[in-house]
Amino acid sequence: MLNISGIHEGYVLDHIKAGTSMKIYHLLKLDELKDATVAIIMNAKSKKMGHKDIIKIECPLGSIDLDTIGYIDHNITVDVIKNDSIIAKEKLALPKVLKNVIKCKNPRCITSIEQGLDQVFILTDAKKEIYRCRYCEEAYTEKETI
Amino acid sequence: MRHCMSPLDFSVDELDQLMGLAADIEENPDKYSHACDGKRLATCFYEPSTRTRLSFESAMLRLGGQTLGFASADSSSASKGESVSDTLRIISGYADICAIRHPKEGAPLVASLHSGIPVINAGDGGHAHPTQTLADLYTIKSLKGRLDHFTIGLCGDLKFGRTVHSLISALVRYEGVHFVLISPEELKLPSYIREDVLEKNGATYEETESLEDAMPKLDVLYMTRVQRERFFNEDDYVRLKDRYILDNDKMKLGREDMIVMHPLPRVNEISVEVDDDPRAQYFTQAKKAVFIRMALILTLLGIQVDKNIPQPTNNPSSEKGGEKC
Repeated sequence: MLNISGIHEGYVLDHIKAGTSMKIYHLLKLDELKDATVAIIMNAKSKKMGHKDIIKIECPLGSIDLDTIGYIDHNITVDVIKNDSIIAKEKLALPKVLKNVIKCKNPRCITSIEQGLDQVFILTDAKKEIYRCRYCEEAYTEKETI
Repeated sequence: MRHCMSPLDFSVDELDQLMGLAADIEENPDKYSHACDGKRLATCFYEPSTRTRLSFESAMLRLGGQTLGFASADSSSASKGESVSDTLRIISGYADICAIRHPKEGAPLVASLHSGIPVINAGDGGHAHPTQTLADLYTIKSLKGRLDHFTIGLCGDLKFGRTVHSLISALVRYEGVHFVLISPEELKLPSYIREDVLEKNGATYEETESLEDAMPKLDVLYMTRVQRERFFNEDDYVRLKDRYILDNDKMKLGREDMIVMHPLPRVNEISVEVDDDPRAQYFTQAKKAVFIRMALILTLLGIQVDKNIPQPTNNPSSEKGGEKC
């Protein structure tokens, strides 16, 4: 049994689909967080999911954008920790804007040739989970990331 | 500062004002002939165009302004690899307003984000062509007297035709507009326009492959060209390009007060014999496009010639949330 100590302040992302935690690590730009301690537990046993990944992040609250992972997987649960206790369980929502998370696949889009242009997608239909490229308005429904 | 990326960024009231201004310009051209003295319009056309570029240039010249620009990517720094954003940063120092056409979708929006002057989308690939839509609306309003309670037939390439998509999106905001969608199966209106635009706004529509069946119902017939440049497969283009040809026999099926429109250029889809029919209004439509572009240039430059003619502000309200028009 692997033991990882609890955290004083930060987040615990639980019920991550097994094998996808590194993708989330990069999406949340956890490698860029100064003064943060991150523990990634991969392939942990889960009654609900069979196997799952978990990410524990010791960091000041508010320093990561959780909406981004709402786009990847609604089922991830987020415990918010302060003074060694869970103070909230965050419900993940679809972000209104995705910046450099997904890439426009329309070969006729300006993003295919213009250098240095951010890939920006706007949520246009929350029910159907449809994002459209800010520039060409091409719809994007697949859950793929850059 | 306000740009023009989509006709939908204008409220219905603002569109009314814009068309009212265009009508006043059309009736009293002398009143506006020096409105843009000392102002310069840059026309940045990265792909070929005859009507749109010359129409913009004519609009600015009729307002007393001057024009500069390029007519193809080959004759611009784009051929050296310069980005759209850099080009617009530079042109902002040369001109007071810019009309940009680009084969890549979204290029005018990128231009507007880096520009110090108002930018007008003069067509970006298959995406949008807002001033064509403004011209279409103005033509219908001028010739039919209203933009509500009429039946419009849209015929030809409804799949790739950006003018059709834009026109539908603009017309669903008016009450009682019934759409007859005439196209072969392969070029039907995309489902996202049917569901997200027509059905979402409660507009009524019907789909048919027969132009003959549709003709007697129509107040407006909007013909479109099947565009070679939108096809990846030449065989598909050849098979579909002559599916609909409007000729005098078909015109006999239409009402006496129907009007025929076309964004032009036409190839085979309207026989030249139809040109003499008084209902053929596509050349009028091209002429009226100049007046609505004049109204748009004045609006974006914030120039008001006649205080009695209301026009949209060039500072979009925060309610509309944007820098776009």
